[in-house]
Amino acid sequence: MRRLGPFHPRVHWAAPPSLSSGLHRLLFLRGTRIPSSTTLSPPRHDSLSLDGGTVNPPRVREPTGREAFGPSPASSDWLPARWRNGRGGRPRARLCSGWTAAEEFSRARTLSPHGGPSLVRGLTSGWRPRVLRKRYLRGPPAPIVFPWFGLDIGGTLVKLVYFEPKDITAEEEEEEVESLKSIRKYLTSNVAYGSTGIRDVHLELKDLTLCGRKGNLHFIRFPTHDMPAFIQMGRDKNFSSLHTVFCATGGGAYKFEQDFLTIGDLQLCKLDELDCLIKGILYIDSVGFNGRSQCYYFENPADSEKCQKLPFDLKNPYPLLLVNIGSGVSILAVYSKDNYKRVTGTSLGGGTFFGLCCLLTGCTTFEEALEMASRGDSTKVDKLVRDIYGGDYERFGLPGWAVASSFGNMMSKEKREAVSKEDLARATLITITNNIGSIARMCALNENINQVVFVGNFLRINTIAMRLLAYALDYWSKGQLKALFSEHEGYFGAVGALLELLKIP
Amino acid sequence: PDGCALSNDGGPGSAPLSPGPESCPVCVSPAGGSLTKLAYYSTVQHKVAKVRSFDHSGKDTERDHEPPYEISVQEEITARLHFIKFENTYIEACLDFIKDHLVNTETKVIQATGGGAYKFKDLIEEKLRLKVDKEDVMTCLIKGCNFVLKNIPHEAFVYQKDSDPEFRFQTNHPHIFPYLLVNIGSGVSIVKVETEDRFEWVGGSSIGGGTFWGLGALLTKTKKFDELLHLASRGQHSNVDMLVRDVYGGAHQTLGLSGNLIASSFGKSATADQEFSKEDMAKSLLHMISNDIGQLACLHARLHSLDRVYFGGFFIRGHPVTMRTITYSINFFSKGEVQALFLRHEGYLGAIGAFLKGAEQDNPNQYSWGENYACSSGLMSASPELGPAQRARSGTFDLLEMDRLERPLVNLPLLLDPPSYVPDTVDLTDDALARKYWLTCFEEALDGVVKRAVASQPDSVDAAERAEKFRQKYWNKLQTLRQQPFAYGTLTVRSLLDTREHCLNEFNFPDPYSKVKQRENGVALRCFPGVVRSLDALGWEDRQLALVKGLLAGNVFDWGAKAVSDVLESDPYFGFEEAKRKLQGTDGQVTWGLGPPHKCALIFADNSGIDIILGVFPFVRELLLRGTEVILACNSGPALNDVTHSESLIVAERIAGMDPVVHSALREERLLLVQTGSSSPCLDLSRLDKGLAALVRERGADLVVIEGMGRAVHTNYHAALRCESLKLAVIKNTWLAERLGGRLFSVIFKYEVPAE
Repeated sequence: MRRLGPFHPRVHWAAPPSLSSGLHRLLFLRGTRIPSSTTLSPPRHDSLSLDGGTVNPPRVREPTGREAFGPSPASSDWLPARWRNGRGGRPRARLCSGWTAAEEFSRARTLSPHGGPSLVRGLTSGWRPRVLRKRYLRGPPAPIVFPWFGLDIGGTLVKLVYFEPKDITAEEEEEEVESLKSIRKYLTSNVAYGSTGIRDVHLELKDLTLCGRKGNLHFIRFPTHDMPAFIQMGRDKNFSSLHTVFCATGGGAYKFEQDFLTIGDLQLCKLDELDCLIKGILYIDSVGFNGRSQCYYFENPADSEKCQKLPFDLKNPYPLLLVNIGSGVSILAVYSKDNYKRVTGTSLGGGTFFGLCCLLTGCTTFEEALEMASRGDSTKVDKLVRDIYGGDYERFGLPGWAVASSFGNMMSKEKREAVSKEDLARATLITITNNIGSIARMCALNENINQVVFVGNFLRINTIAMRLLAYALDYWSKGQLKALFSEHEGYFGAVGALLELLKIP
Repeated sequence: PDGCALSNDGGPGSAPLSPGPESCPVCVSPAGGSLTKLAYYSTVQHKVAKVRSFDHSGKDTERDHEPPYEISVQEEITARLHFIKFENTYIEACLDFIKDHLVNTETKVIQATGGGAYKFKDLIEEKLRLKVDKEDVMTCLIKGCNFVLKNIPHEAFVYQKDSDPEFRFQTNHPHIFPYLLVNIGSGVSIVKVETEDRFEWVGGSSIGGGTFWGLGALLTKTKKFDELLHLASRGQHSNVDMLVRDVYGGAHQTLGLSGNLIASSFGKSATADQEFSKEDMAKSLLHMISNDIGQLACLHARLHSLDRVYFGGFFIRGHPVTMRTITYSINFFSKGEVQALFLRHEGYLGAIGAFLKGAEQDNPNQYSWGENYACSSGLMSASPELGPAQRARSGTFDLLEMDRLERPLVNLPLLLDPPSYVPDTVDLTDDALARKYWLTCFEEALDGVVKRAVASQPDSVDAAERAEKFRQKYWNKLQTLRQQPFAYGTLTVRSLLDTREHCLNEFNFPDPYSKVKQRENGVALRCFPGVVRSLDALGWEDRQLALVKGLLAGNVFDWGAKAVSDVLESDPYFGFEEAKRKLQGTDGQVTWGLGPPHKCALIFADNSGIDIILGVFPFVRELLLRGTEVILACNSGPALNDVTHSESLIVAERIAGMDPVVHSALREERLLLVQTGSSSPCLDLSRLDKGLAALVRERGADLVVIEGMGRAVHTNYHAALRCESLKLAVIKNTWLAERLGGRLFSVIFKYEVPAE
């Protein structure tokens, strides 16, 4: 990946205007740096909350559910799954400043009915009961300091959710430091940040109650290659002085951890992206979409006249096949809130669609690629069953309209010369989408699950893909499988990261 | 067969065969757009040596100088399947060729499959005036796949990138079903095959060879499939793909994970301000498609609980690049639980299937078939230095010929574990040192074989000419095998010997040793009474030892072995006693005695002459006297100086005339003479005559004796049986003797009792 120093030439991330560096010293005195996540120190009784010195209790996940069939091959977000499923070797302890030992204990208990993972037992056996007692004696936890962010740094896009408190009392307002106020104003009063940051205003969740606070949840995205500029802004404006915890998930949480620390003086709390994804989905589904349903499906997806987007009540969410289409694709089988596994993944995802479109059509944005695709005709590019057999291939029950060979017509020079860029964009979209649908269907069959939720930013403004997924799943499963979609398609990881910050189970 | 003829002389690369009455269900099966496969069935006329007993009621057989039986050469017609593939551009020439050779046409229908069946339908109908019967592609493919898996040893192989050779051939599995066939043509079809007639399309994908070709052509402006593969083999996909390390930074290392995994195919190409090389894009595309197919195949294999997955289609067709990426992908997604298998004759499956379908009235499936090494082209080299141009040339004409065997072949019921049985002792594809030795050995022996072939047909005017052609053919095969040891599956001493026999037959030298065997049988028969008398004079213990020594000494008389043929050549009266003395260290080393009598012994005999008559028969007689029934199994057809079934019948008859024990045993069917179904100096216990297998089962054989170097050393040395077995041979090859830690004429005597 091409990165020219911390500043991307194309990015001009505008910083909040009023955030001045003068406040730095004052704030620094009040705050305590979060210790490096790589040191495993025995817990001290008085250090179990975020506003004291923070402890890093070991966090271990048991293999959940059945074993995954394939290690996810080639998807950006399969790594955490390896240690979750325990296939990559021994279970790994993970350190996260956002966790308390008490929670770790209860979590370990719920996750493994046969006792906690050995590592947890080994490390915590001596002090766990005391920790619990201490925690209960202390009463409710101290409020978590603002600002509340959740960050999901993917291969292509960074997703940021921001909770804007609307119930700030006058007293609070007075105590609130300038920088915090300016961040709030900056994020909530703009819909675009710099040339590439965008707030999806239509997704904003209003009047949400989180940790006893009322407010709105904002959804912001920007390209991952602008991450250095984002970090630089954090440094320029002394984010570190705010003494907040940056809960981040996605591969970028690892990739940029060091940059956050050395450039931005910010300690990232790295979170498991699949944990976050599932937490996020369950939470967002539970709060709905400003009174509307979060989840939806398509009726008559193949018929542009009759096709309807209809709300779906995900009241029985389990088991659920979750297909997250980012740059690559991850497929999870979710059996309960805490019991899920990564089934597989594929490298043919949103990044492939966009990448191929750039090469084939010269387009420069995802929106442009989709717009071209909407005007193209893929049957000029693809070889259909009827192109080979003159009609349906009855011996195998294949309909004539089915694609026999993606880009198959492009083997011929004449046909290559006769197609438009729009046709190529459309064919790319159809190819990638069909393939994801096909793999999802096989996974659903193997896992014996019949509701499939497709999420991820590949589906943003991508009705063609959603309708095709809905149709393909229904057709090939003979009505057994249902494709479901979600309004906040790409933001669940970031929401999950925010929830981890707030320790909302 | 319907009487239409299709002569094959002048056919591309075909061997000179006598034209005979032939039948020709023909099929043209172009698929993948560039190659046409043609299958036809012909009858091939061969000269066969027959032995016939004289009327032995007369007294003249007693005379010393008379041969014990007469030899005649007869014409025999055998069936052969021919499969040819050639480039589509030659289709007209090919059709002309077929038309010119179609006489007395009763065949009104020609079977055709593949896209070309539609494309060339009119052309074929017009040219040949035959109705084109379009066969379903997948049905044909599966029929063909079943056929090759059942009939061609070492048909399937796994591809291992960094090993030498890259091919690992699989031993024939007696139960080929169920399996998954993944055909990667322009798209991908995944078919689950459960029985001969039951199969099901379980899935597929539109991302296949057509996608690689079509998308590759768009991205790289390279038009040819082979050139695209060539580009891909030189590219770096990490320049185009977004890898895990690109997403996770350096952290993948601390997580103990490979950063090289692809997170998003073409993920890095999502930018307008960078150029990507053709090679890199082609490589990325190849990975994307191979991974995707491998993943789908694994998902289907898992859904249907299958671990054998065969890959075929033009995307695979011997291309090392795609075999490598598919293998990698399957290993990755299945964690080694599923093996990617490829087929040597993958390109012919459709044609074979279409042919079988057309020939259903003749039902070729009821026969066993053997690959004819003499006429078939080998697997193409997968070495990277073979560029697309060379590949295209060698792919222009390619042949597979299969001989119909007279009788179906099955496993020996006494094999301990048929799936794991491997006949051959040394894999010469693996063992470079042994390979070098044996290839040289066969090269050096070639002159002698040619000389003997000519000498065996003194009355033939063209014997020398044919022998010379034989020399050329076999020499070329040996040279091919030097370059590409994997060309015909696993290279073994057996395959080298069989190839030589096939080549000899091809040039009408059906039995170069017939006269030698005849003479030696005559000499030995005269000695038989004396040998039996002296044995009977011995006490029990001495007799047991003498019998075994006799078996071993008899085995010294082997014209196939270089060291012995030298001695026999110079001194035809090289005596039986002399042979016993020659045996290295027999005394004191062989202590042996038969335990309680066996119910029934199965004996695989080796050579004609002294071996069978003075070695095996006295041993057989002893067994019979102990109340053990004996099944004596000899080759169906000639190979070197090995005793054939028909010779054994005559020999037994003659011995019965001299010996009441053998006489009554024959009459009471306690001594049974059967054929092995093979014409090889070696022995494959997984391909034996069905009648033999039935008899072994019926009589409850509980002792197996395997005699001779070809049967007990080159093959079956490690064969595990369910009953007691005795493998014995005399090592008549200095190099082999040294390799085994002995000297020339050392003895192999291996008595094995199966573990309880």
